[in-house]
Order: sequence, then structure tokens, then C-alpha cells
Amino acid sequence: MKCALAALMMFCLPFGVMAQTTGGMATGDLGLVIERASGSLVVIDRSDRAAIGRIEGLGDLSHASLTYGPDERFAYVFGRDGGLSKVDILERKVVARTIQAGNSIGGAISDDGRLIAVSNYEPGGIKVFDADTLELVADIPAAGKTVGLVDVPGRRFAWAVWNTGEVFLGDFSGAKPVVRMIGNAGANPFDAVLTDDAHTFLVGLFGEKGVTAFDLWSDAPEPQKFLTDYGKTGEDMPVYKMPHLQSWAFTEGQYALPAVGRHEVLWVDRETQAQVASTPVHGQPVFIIAQPASPFVWVNFATPLNDVVQVIDSRSHQVVATLNPGKAILHMEFAPRGAEVWISSRDDNQVLIYDTRTRMKLAEVPAAAPSGIFFTARAHQTGL
Amino acid sequence: MPSAFLLMLVLSCAPAMADVPPERAVALKHMVTQDCGSCHGLTLKGGLGRPLTAEALAHAEPDGLATIILDGIPGTAMPPWRPLLTDDEALWIAQYLLKAKDPTQ
Repeated sequence: MKCALAALMMFCLPFGVMAQTTGGMATGDLGLVIERASGSLVVIDRSDRAAIGRIEGLGDLSHASLTYGPDERFAYVFGRDGGLSKVDILERKVVARTIQAGNSIGGAISDDGRLIAVSNYEPGGIKVFDADTLELVADIPAAGKTVGLVDVPGRRFAWAVWNTGEVFLGDFSGAKPVVRMIGNAGANPFDAVLTDDAHTFLVGLFGEKGVTAFDLWSDAPEPQKFLTDYGKTGEDMPVYKMPHLQSWAFTEGQYALPAVGRHEVLWVDRETQAQVASTPVHGQPVFIIAQPASPFVWVNFATPLNDVVQVIDSRSHQVVATLNPGKAILHMEFAPRGAEVWISSRDDNQVLIYDTRTRMKLAEVPAAAPSGIFFTARAHQTGL
Repeated sequence: MPSAFLLMLVLSCAPAMADVPPERAVALKHMVTQDCGSCHGLTLKGGLGRPLTAEALAHAEPDGLATIILDGIPGTAMPPWRPLLTDDEALWIAQYLLKAKDPTQ
């Protein structure tokens, strides 16, 4: 009876009062920027092009990333120090936190939003947590540092192991996890990515030339290596920063891939996995990200050539714009429908907002040594 | 005269300190935190690369570390930084890593 009364009272409450308890704000146009040196996040409002808050106390956020729960209110932040933090964007605070390993590299959320998986370096392996409570659900050790962890539909995750080249697919939909090795990608996978249709898991190799594809629509995926001889002519350069494959560009029926150790973007036909072109660029690519709903991809570069962003047309494979947004450009995040791109300049302590049509700067948002930028729309993208 | 001789003797016995202008030292510290930190962690406690804290490097010699910085470790992800650093700068970074309790502070 009491219960029914409470329910009735809730129902009768004016919406305004209910909204107030959650800050009176929607989150669809919000985002978070990682301040890598200070262990904090800046809450950003895409519509206002402004910083609207800060969340502190997240530990070591060098090489941090995050993912969003389906309600776009809670973010799960993966810190370098093994910290997994759940933050409430509306209340702007850390609501749960666990140091789940000594050293970690990133994570993913299951398609149903119930499980958080974290990829660890020390000790190697992945750990899976309940998204509500951050209680440990599964601990899957590995024989080395795990990289390229992605969510796969059906409450599954896939990942690779840097030291051994093994690739695993774990199914967490049942009472007990079912984890199987689906093949060996090759020497030293440095990162991996799932295509937007969840069809192909692409594993980039550092220890040898090439990318290895696994068909996750198949019941028995086989490793298929391609790009094994890119840049045959000419000496490879030292790699001062590992490229990132998350947000790898898939456009015009092609993959746009970073040539490890070279100032090149490689274009590969999605169907045949044959290289169709290469684009000479300003430096060694770090992120190659497709501008949504357009033929363009945007590229940033490894130190010491990291003050430049270039735009390439995926039809002609030509660089069509070279921008100098600021010092030490670490990341780019597009508005979900592509109208603008937010670019972090670590050494200028700014996030720069560019119009993607005019490629002119629209605004600047201050942030301390910003790295990753994450809009809440990521909540609804597979593989992030 | 004898004191100058003594001074020279002392100087020649002391470990060679890398000579780097102050403004370059600031840039090198930034480089250690941000660029070395990309792989070794911003706090240098490790990542894809091994930890570089003074504790972790307790048994390393500055010259040996400087050589690794300059030439990298073939077959691993540690690149040669020779294109970006002079010998003195690499030695300065090695000494900085060895003496700093927490180099990022």
C-alpha cells in the first residue's frame, strides 16, 4: 500500500521537480574531455560550444578513454593506473570507482549496456564488471598485454594480445563466460577495431607489416592477413606514437589505415582487402577518422609533427586541406551528424571547434592538457 | 696553483653532467612526461613500455640509458630518438630519470 502511495505521489509530482533531481538537463549534446595530466574531465556542451563543468579525482588519465551507458548519463572512464570510474555527467561526480588492475589501456561496454570490460596491461587480460555496481563479473587472464578490446553484439567482446598475437572472442550472455581463441593475428598487435556493421574485426600489427581481419559474422572466423607489403620501397621511420585504430575510417567502400612508421594513409578495398591507393601525408598518422555523412577523413599525426591536421577526400585520395589548429593535436571528435569537429590541442590547453564545411574555427574551449574528446552519442555506436 | 689543479682533478673524476640550456631542459621535461609518457605512462609507471621510475631504473647506468634513448631497442616498440635529440640531451634525460623521485612533478 505504501508502495502504491509512493508510486502515486511520484506520478503526481510535476515534471519540473523530477527533472531538478537530475540537474534539469538532457545529455544528448554533452560530452567529456579528458584532461590527461590532472586526472579530471571537462563536461562540454556541444550546442553551447562551452565547458560547463569539471569532474575530478579520476587518477592517472594518461592514455585514458571512456564509454557511455545507454542512457547517456553515466560514463565509464578507463585510466592508465587500472582505475575504472563511473561518473555521473549530470551530478558531475564520480559515483563508483575501483582500481581493478595495475595498469590498463581501455575498455568497452556490452551492447545491452549491462557489462563493462576493461583491457589490462598489468596483469594482462580483461576484466568484466557489472555496469551498475562495478562489481567484478569475470576475470579472463591473458599471456600478455591486451589491446584492441571492442564490444561485439550479443553481449560479447573481442580483444587481442600484444605479446602473443592471439585474438579472443568472449561471450558473456550466459551464466558463465565462454571465451575462445579465434586465431593468431601476427606479431605484436597494437590495436584493433570493429567495423561499423560488426562484421569485421581488424587487428593492426606492429611487429610485422599488415592488418589481420576476422569475420565475426562467421561461426568459425579465420585470420585473413592483408597489407603485408606496404611501403616496400623506402626505409620505415621510428614510431614515436602508436597509431589508434578506434574510429578508423570506413568510407567509400574502403578502409583508410595508418601506415605504421610511414607518412602515409593507406586505402584498402573493403571487399577484396586489396590496397587501392596511398596518400602521402604530413607525418605518421595517429587517428584517421571519417567525417560523418561525407567523403572526407581527418588525420592527426605523431610527435614531433603533431601540430597539423589534414583532410583527405576518400574519392580522390588527395589531401584537400591542411589545418594548423594548435600545438600537440591529440584527438578529434565529430558531432554525430558531422557538422563540426572538436580538436584537442594538448600544449595550447584548448579544445578547438571547426566547422567541417568551411573548415574555419568556430570557437575555443579551455581545458588543461586535453586528450580524448567523447560525445555522448557514442553510447549508441557498436565497437566503441 | 695547486688548488686549480685539485679542482681539475675533482672535475675530471666527477660523472659527466649533461650540459643543456635551461629552456631546453623545460622542453625535455615536457617531452619525458608527454611523449615518453605515451608508452611509459604519464607518471612513468609503465604502459606498453616498461616503468621508468627511478626505482625501476635503480640498476641502470646513465650512459646505457642514453644509448637506449638514442638508438631504441630493435625488435621492440622503443624507437630511436636520435633524430630528435642530441647526445647531451639524451644523457640529460637519463640523469633526470635516475635522480627524480617523481619526474612528473
